[in-house]
Amino acid sequence: MTERIIFYILAFIMIVLSLMSVTTTKIVRAAIYLLGVLMGTAGLFFLFNLNFLGAIQLTVYAGGIMVLIVIAILLTHNVGFGLPMPDRRHMLLGWFAAAVGITVAFLEFTRHIFVIGTENLDDRVAKIGADMLHYGEGGFVLPFEVISILLLTGIIAAIVIAKGGIPHKRPTPPSSKQS
Amino acid sequence: MHGTERFTATVHEWLLSIFTAGTTHFVEMVLIGLAYLGFFAIAGLALVYLERRIAAFFQVRLGPNRVGPQGMFQTLADALKLVAKEPIGTKKADSFLYSLAPYFLIISSLMAISVIPMGAGFSGFDIDVGVFFLIAVSSIGVLGILIAGWGSYNKYALIGALRSGAQMISYELSVGLSLLTMILLVGSLRFSDIVQSQSDYWLIFKGHIPALIAFIIFIISGTAESNRTPFDLVEAESELGAGFHSEYSGIQFAFFFLSEFINMFIISAVAATVFWGGWMPLHLGGFSGFNQTMDYIPGPIWFLGKTGVIIFLMMWFRWTFPRLRIDQLMKLEWKYLLPLNLINILIMAFVVWMGWHL
Repeated sequence: MTERIIFYILAFIMIVLSLMSVTTTKIVRAAIYLLGVLMGTAGLFFLFNLNFLGAIQLTVYAGGIMVLIVIAILLTHNVGFGLPMPDRRHMLLGWFAAAVGITVAFLEFTRHIFVIGTENLDDRVAKIGADMLHYGEGGFVLPFEVISILLLTGIIAAIVIAKGGIPHKRPTPPSSKQS
Repeated sequence: MHGTERFTATVHEWLLSIFTAGTTHFVEMVLIGLAYLGFFAIAGLALVYLERRIAAFFQVRLGPNRVGPQGMFQTLADALKLVAKEPIGTKKADSFLYSLAPYFLIISSLMAISVIPMGAGFSGFDIDVGVFFLIAVSSIGVLGILIAGWGSYNKYALIGALRSGAQMISYELSVGLSLLTMILLVGSLRFSDIVQSQSDYWLIFKGHIPALIAFIIFIISGTAESNRTPFDLVEAESELGAGFHSEYSGIQFAFFFLSEFINMFIISAVAATVFWGGWMPLHLGGFSGFNQTMDYIPGPIWFLGKTGVIIFLMMWFRWTFPRLRIDQLMKLEWKYLLPLNLINILIMAFVVWMGWHL
């Protein structure tokens, strides 16, 4: 009973915040509302006793991506002023896209038959870690390694971009002195 | 059965005799929440008082000594003054974000403190991913500082906030990796398991050389993580006024101040739990007489004592080292601590593999 009440509170907060996130014209506020939605998702995970997923959600989204987004926003100019409201054509298109999305999702949800899971999910970290590095049946070692290589490439690319490639030889300035 | 476990069991029985099972659950949640809030407030006040007295001790002066015995109620009086003050802000600031920011810091500290066991069975949220949860939750605090700096509509606050973003994201890596080194030794992320595994020797003795390196790295990066001197570029009162909280006043300023001290407490508590055994008394392998004598001192006192020693160490840093420049700060993390940490993990893995630990 308590869990159901907490679920509805969380769901309500998430819906309201996601609506506010797309309707506000101030970009920092939009980011903060989005953060609220992501933390609400983490809260749902904790409610379902999926502690590992909840912690992942907090680290990756709340702690990682949101901090990145907020820093990126703070480094852009004119963040203090709200953006102008979009013109009517864009607004209509936006409403149309939202309506289509809601209809498709609603139809899909009504058609799908949800089965209440009875088996206990094994959420121990040790189990998850062992599965990640398991190379037999049902193991995840290949995707794990592929993702690691992808991340490594990303990091190296970031370093290369930050360094600005091979430094060009500076052209010797023309001597101003006339001798 | 430990004394603290008996205490929680007695309270549980007593509540069950009054309420139904569902209500008991609810009442227990409320009681635990209130207990943490109370602990939060008292620890904050005590730490501010301690900081001022220890600062005075290092600078050969007296410090607060008039209000109450030895000036113990000085911080209480200060807190009352802060509560009574009017919160004022800047005119053009985004008032919603401005008033939201302190809660980020307070909530992230409160959630982080809930996983640390203060005695046998004395932890609010003893989950399987304890250490990871702690790191995850404490990374939200950065956002509070960023929002505070932006919402203040003040250039010094914004500079302070951006500095803190760079600093806290960088040093979070070292905190996580040095904890990971110790987790290799325990094999569990759950805090109660970590404490339980130290019932013969503390982890810093078990892991000897790599554990000692990890401990030093953890203390350095933990000091940086809680934005204290010598890593207080975020506030840097001689350069930025007060950094990200220069525009805050009254209770909102008190929240920032409190969360800074609570973060110091959390870092020290984690160091005490992961490296020095938490509430586990000092046990030495086979000496059962010695171990039994040590067991007479209750767990919470061991926990608070160890935490207190590390807090004293961090206050000692504050009055000993000069502040780093931002480039030195980044160089220290990315060029020294991080590679050292990665090598240290390999050494620890080798030590565990060969069975060279105690």
